[in-house]
Parts: sequence; structure tokens; C-alpha cells
Amino acid sequence: MESIYLTIVLTPLAAAILAGFFGRLIGRSWSHRLTISGVGVAFALSVYVLKGLWLDGNPAYNGSVYTWMVSGGVHLEVGFLVDRLTALMMTVVTFVSLMVHIYTIGYMKDDPGYQRFFSYISLFTFAMLMLVMANNFLQLFFGWEAVGVVSYLLIGFWYTRPTAIFANMKAFLVNRVGDFGFLLGIATILMYTGSLDYAEVFGMAGQLQRETIEIFDGRVWSALSVACILLFVGAMGKSAQMPLHVWLPDSMEGPTPISALIHAATMVTAGVFMVARMSPLFEYSEAALSFVLVIGATTALFTGFLGVVQTDIKRVVAYSTLSQLGYMTCALGASAYAAGIFHLGTHAFFKALLFLAAGSVIIALHHEQDIRRMGGLRKYLPITYWTSLVGSLALIGFPGSAGFFSKDALIEAVGHASRAGSGYAYFCVLTGVFVTALYSFRMFFLVFHGKERTDEHTREHLHESPWVVTLPLVMLAIPSVIIGWPMIGPMLFGDFFGDAIFVLPANDVLAAIGTDYHGPLGFLLHGLMSPVLLLAAAGVVVAWYLYLRRPDIPAAIRNRFAALHGFLMSKYHFDTLVEKWIPRGSTGLGNLLWRIGDVTLIDGAAVNGSARVVGWVASVVRQIQTGYLYTYAFAMIIGLATLIFWVLYLR
Amino acid sequence: MLTLANYLSVSAVLFSVSVAGIFLNRKNVILLLMCIELMLLSVNFNFIAFSRFLGNTDGQIFVFFILTVAAAEAAIGLAILVVLFRSKRTINVEDLDVMKG
Repeated sequence: MESIYLTIVLTPLAAAILAGFFGRLIGRSWSHRLTISGVGVAFALSVYVLKGLWLDGNPAYNGSVYTWMVSGGVHLEVGFLVDRLTALMMTVVTFVSLMVHIYTIGYMKDDPGYQRFFSYISLFTFAMLMLVMANNFLQLFFGWEAVGVVSYLLIGFWYTRPTAIFANMKAFLVNRVGDFGFLLGIATILMYTGSLDYAEVFGMAGQLQRETIEIFDGRVWSALSVACILLFVGAMGKSAQMPLHVWLPDSMEGPTPISALIHAATMVTAGVFMVARMSPLFEYSEAALSFVLVIGATTALFTGFLGVVQTDIKRVVAYSTLSQLGYMTCALGASAYAAGIFHLGTHAFFKALLFLAAGSVIIALHHEQDIRRMGGLRKYLPITYWTSLVGSLALIGFPGSAGFFSKDALIEAVGHASRAGSGYAYFCVLTGVFVTALYSFRMFFLVFHGKERTDEHTREHLHESPWVVTLPLVMLAIPSVIIGWPMIGPMLFGDFFGDAIFVLPANDVLAAIGTDYHGPLGFLLHGLMSPVLLLAAAGVVVAWYLYLRRPDIPAAIRNRFAALHGFLMSKYHFDTLVEKWIPRGSTGLGNLLWRIGDVTLIDGAAVNGSARVVGWVASVVRQIQTGYLYTYAFAMIIGLATLIFWVLYLR
Repeated sequence: MLTLANYLSVSAVLFSVSVAGIFLNRKNVILLLMCIELMLLSVNFNFIAFSRFLGNTDGQIFVFFILTVAAAEAAIGLAILVVLFRSKRTINVEDLDVMKG
């Protein structure tokens, strides 16, 4: 089995190296052939591994492949932990990656950086696989940073655009904040358990809970809570939770396939995956789970509001991604890890679909991204239209779609949770349903229905995208519709995850819901009577009324509540905070330290001061050195006399 | 009969004179060289005196060595002095202060 896992990881890497270093040599078509077959192999083997674990009931694999070094009893290794959770992630990642690879052929057709792009996305696939397949914290961190680097490279793919450079720098810096927390979390765990291996650390969770840590004088915290919260800070950066979400909307500067692959389907879900993987630790820390719950709920609702006012097609989808990530995080906080992962999986399909569909619209309109200049595209882009509809319906949780099963179960799980903050969280996720429906269909109606606001010139060239673009759309639309039916039973209420996810019996909200669960159809019927569906329908109707029936109302509302609109347009001033106040504060602090510490103390006192003291001493001592022979002779005689006197009398 | 103390006194006086000569002389480098020679002679005087009174000839052998070395030293010193004079056009001690800090 080990060789299969190695093949899964290394094929995309090999393809990335070939396309990256020898891209010019092997040409464009060989670049995409190589990388697509690399990811294709990884996908096929991932499916095989998933089948082996799930259908054939093979035991999970946990073993190290290579020992990097052993230092003071700490083993730094490269190893794989492949259980059903991992296999599921591997399959989702490689599938979406494969679709995006194919789509890229069409999207990047005219780009001079074609081979470079393929190299990057293959490299990303490698990094993400390393992350999900890790069996120790070090490798997790490696994957974590590697996906961050590739994300940086890809956001700034068009490196001649100042906005892209700004966005990738922002993404990198914000992620540094999160990664710092993550690293501290790993360090805390290493400090208390002396091990980086998952299995060993998880085995010591109970013991870790009893350890206390005193960070400030007199405040004693459980070491486990501190470690978990720090790890989650890392997840907040990577999974763009408030207040570290600011980088994700800006990351839309990158090419659309990347927005689909990295900033919607896979990389941003790394945080969610990580928390689920660490469930044996998080379960023991009520404080950390409450923190996760509240952060997730806040992100789910408040970034949704922002999606309603955005006018850039990709940014609407980006805010929707933020909101959905908030949902997943919320599920984790409610101890419904399986629901979070389930939503992660379904979301990966329909959000990648929505992004790729948005990309298809962008191609058709020759890189126009403003939804105010679209409209009525339905008859020009039929495949994009229908797949977008499927994606949007899945996103709002239309009964029977994949999004319905995952989201409904998630919301219900949050409703059943009973830890601090769960009431707030339930309110947020319920309201979020309405907001999700509103912004999704606002975008959908503005793009595909209503008056054609495109200009004459563009309309002449409007035609459906080539098959390499539409094929992935269709391929992603299929799981967006059907994946919920077979998966909900085993994943949420069955024992699909087995030992991979650990939930304390007292916290097991999914089991509580599971007592009422009688197959997907029963779940569907139950869902039809829930407030969730009503809210979603209300959102769609409001969007229809406001943006198709009476397009004058939104403008009126905007004028009436100009202050609120401005507040939403400025994204709650988070950007102002991170772009103006934090840099200004740190430059101010830096200036202060520079003036006092560097110029005055170090340069002034230590460096120049010591030089000045030496100079002064020398100027005094110099007086003795007259240059006359007799002075020196006299000094010698006196010295000799002193020496003799000392030898003879004082010794 | 002269005692050892007499000899040593003469030697000490000679030595003191030469030391004083080094300090007091502000004019001439040749005088400095002469004073150094005088110091060596006073040391030689000590050697001779001890050799005589202790009945040991080692001291006298030392004196020969010192005289030889002193002759060589005087030759080198005078040679340096000549070179110095050629470049500086003076052998006045007061003017020779290139080593001043």
C-alpha cells in the first residue's frame, strides 16, 4: 500500500517539476498532458484507496516512510496516515484538481505563462496531498506552508499587475499571522507530549487536558485548550475565518481556475480538515470548541452580508465561500465534525462549479467581471447557465441537492449543540441561509436574466465556451446534485469515519439527530418542513423581486441607507484596519523603537559612545608619549626600579 | 685595603651619573650613547669587584663579553646616528620627537 500512497503524492510533484523546469522544452500541449495525467493517476489511485477502505473494509494505514532526523527523542518523519477521512479528502482534492486542470486548458489558452500555471497547480496538488495524508504535525505543517506558498504564487500569477502583487502579499502576510498561531500550537503540543506523531499525541489527550499552563501571572489555563485554540488560529488564517478573512476576497486577483481550486474547494478547507483530524484533542476542550463555534458562526453570517453588495462576479462567489467556510467551522464547533467534512466535500463540488462557471462567463465576456454590465446571458451560454443554476441551487440547499443534505444536517447539528455560544451560532447559521439565497440568486439573476447590459461589441462575440471549459462544469454539476443521496447516511449517521473522527458521547449531536434518521428520503421530507427551506425560498423570492421585477428598489435602498451600504462596501472596515491602521501602528512603533533604541541607545550610547570613551582615554594617555628618548629611558628606569623594589622587598 | 663596598660605591656613583646624564641631557644624542656606555662600564666594575673578592673568574669572562657587545653596539649606534643626521640634518634630542603621539 505504501507504494500506492507514494505514487499518489509524487506523480503530481514529478509532473509539476517537469512542466515547471522543462516547460519551454516540452511545449504547451505536453505540459498539460503530463500534469493532467499526473493528477489523473493520483485521482484514480485515490478512488482505489477510498474503495479499499470503505467498501472492502481495509484497515487504516499509519506508517512512516522516511525519518528525516531524530533529535532528543523527537522523531521528525515523513509518514502517511490514510484512513477514511484522509481518503475522502484525497479523492475530493484530486477530483476537483483534475477538473480544474482540464478547465485550465481552455481558460489559459492565450496566456504566456501556460506551462508555469500547470506546474503550479500540480505542485499545489502535491502539497495538499501531503497535508491531508500527514501522520504527524511536522508534515502537516509542511503541507500547510507549501499550499500557502503555491497560493501566493498563483494569486500573483499575473505578476505585472500591481493589484495582484498587492493581493498575494496580503494573502501571505495574513496567513503568516495564522501560521504563527499554528506553529505555537504545535510547539505547545510538542512541549507537553514530547511527540509530533498524531497517534501518540491523541493517546495523550486526556493527560494533556489535566496539564495547566500559566501564560500571564495568576491565570491558569488548560494546556489542551491553549494548544487547540492556537491550532485553530492557524485554521482561521488558512480557512479565512474572521478576522483573518481579509485575504480571501483579494485573492480573486488570481486566475479563475485557481479561485476554484485553491480558494474555494481545497486549500481553504485545510483548516476545517485539520480541526476534524484533531478531533481527539478538540473534543476534550470545551473552551476551544466554543471559540471555534462563535468564530465560525460570525464568519458564516457577516461575510454573507458582504456578498450582497459586491458587484464583481468573482468576489460574490468569494464571499459566499467565506460564509460557507464559516458554516463548516460552525459544525466543527458543535462537535459535528462529520457534518463539517460532509459540507466540505459537497461545497468543494458546487463551489468549484460556481467559480468555473463564473470563469466561463468571464471568458465569454472577454474578461469583464462586473455583474452590472452583464445580464441576459442565458441564451448565449446555455451550458454555463444550467450548471450555474445547479451550483446555486446546491449552494442555497435546494431540497435533494448535495448542498441541501450537508447544510440541513449541519444546521440541525448546530441547533442541537448545547455549549456556550450555540444559541448565537444557531441564529447566525439560520439567518445565513436567507442571506446565502439572496446573494446567490442576486448574482444569478443579474448575470443570466433580465436586461442585457452588455455592450453591442461584446454581444456580437458572445458564444458558449469550448468543451474543455464546459466538460468540467458538467462533471462538477453531477456530484453537486447526486452526491448527497448516497453519502449522507454513512457519513453523518453511519460509521464511515470510524476511528478517524472522535466525538465524546456527551457531545455527539449527530447521534442525537441520527435517532430520527430514516434514510435520505425521510431526511428530505423532514427538510421540507423545516424553517431552513422557508428561509432559502424567501431569499430567492426577495432576490427575484428586487433584481428582476423591480430593479429600482435596490438603488432606492442603497440611497436610503447610504451609511449602511458604505459600511458593507468597505467590508466592515477590516481592510482599512489591516491596510492602514495596523501598518501605521507598526511603523509608528518601529519608528519609536528606531529613534530611542537604535539611534539613541545602540548607535549613540553603545557604538559611538564607546568609541568616544576610547578617544578620550587615548587623548589623555597620549600626553605621556612625548617622543623624546629620555622620557622613555626614564620610564624604563623607573619601571625597572619598581620591579626590583617589588621583587626584593614586597614579595 | 679597599673593601668591596668601596668598589660597589664607585660603581653605583658611575651608574647614577650615567642615568642622570640620560635624563638631563637635552642636546646631543652622542651624549646619550656615551651615558649608556658608562652604565655598562659601571656594571663591568661590579663584575670585576665581585670576581676579585669571591675569587671566581666567571665575572671577568662576562666583562669581556660585555665589552665586545658594547663595542658592537656603539658601532651600530653611531651608524644609526649618521643616517639619522643625514635625513634630519640634526642630532638634537629635542628635535627628535617623531614618535610623539
